[in-house]
Amino acid sequence: MHVSLVHYLIVSAILFSLGLFGVITRKNAILVLMGIELILNSANINFVAFARYGGLDFNGQAFAVFVIILAAAEAAIALAIILNIYKRFKSVNVDEINSLKE
Amino acid sequence: MNLFDFVFYFFALIVIISASIVVFSRNIIYAAFSLLFTFFGVAGIYVLLNADFLAVVQLLIYVGGILILLVFGVMLTNKVVNVDIKTGTMQVLPAAILVAAIAGTLCGIFYATGWLVVEEIPENTSTIEKLGEMFLTNYLLPFELASVILVVALIGAAMIARREKSEKITTSDKR
Repeated sequence: MHVSLVHYLIVSAILFSLGLFGVITRKNAILVLMGIELILNSANINFVAFARYGGLDFNGQAFAVFVIILAAAEAAIALAIILNIYKRFKSVNVDEINSLKE
Repeated sequence: MNLFDFVFYFFALIVIISASIVVFSRNIIYAAFSLLFTFFGVAGIYVLLNADFLAVVQLLIYVGGILILLVFGVMLTNKVVNVDIKTGTMQVLPAAILVAAIAGTLCGIFYATGWLVVEEIPENTSTIEKLGEMFLTNYLLPFELASVILVVALIGAAMIARREKSEKITTSDKR
């Protein structure tokens, strides 16, 4: 079967599912961040695949660049927050940080 | 199966296998390093999709920036010298069921939909010129906003992560 749009979409669907699984199951906050990066990458694959095959032309690639910019900003801020959480709780496990819960 | 298909399956395998290691490995350092291969594989897929500029940006920003940031985060928040770098998981079974359902639905939809596929091969020129034109005409406002967002985010991150000198770690509440 010749490689076409569907192949790229299925790769990105699998990547999205793996990222979602990581976000849900991981305890360590940094690994949750890695799962979010996987999800953003899968979205980017979709944008670029539609830019090549779906007639989206260069708009798709421009959107992918914006996604990468926001991913960089998000990773920087999230890591700063995680460092602060570590300073306060001495742990970055998301299931132990429950001070707001009664 | 020609060379293009072979290269595509190669990169797709790299992406999926290394992403599985990121998700399933219990060692954080292994996860971080296989994230490197995931980003490389995605860059290869961009090249196959005629997006050369995006592939280079992917390597520069993800591999050179975000991954280094994540590895620094791992090193600053875990005891690397000890063996205490394993991490636990939670709610594995419900998450597996949910994610399998979502993946099956997505793949089914992608497979069943009759996409309007434009099969023409674009001319083999660089995409940088067209993208640059687009950023300075159609996407001028989002482009400038993105630069402002980056400045605000980086200054904010530096402010949040800053270590205040005269502060008792245990008592003070403002942080």
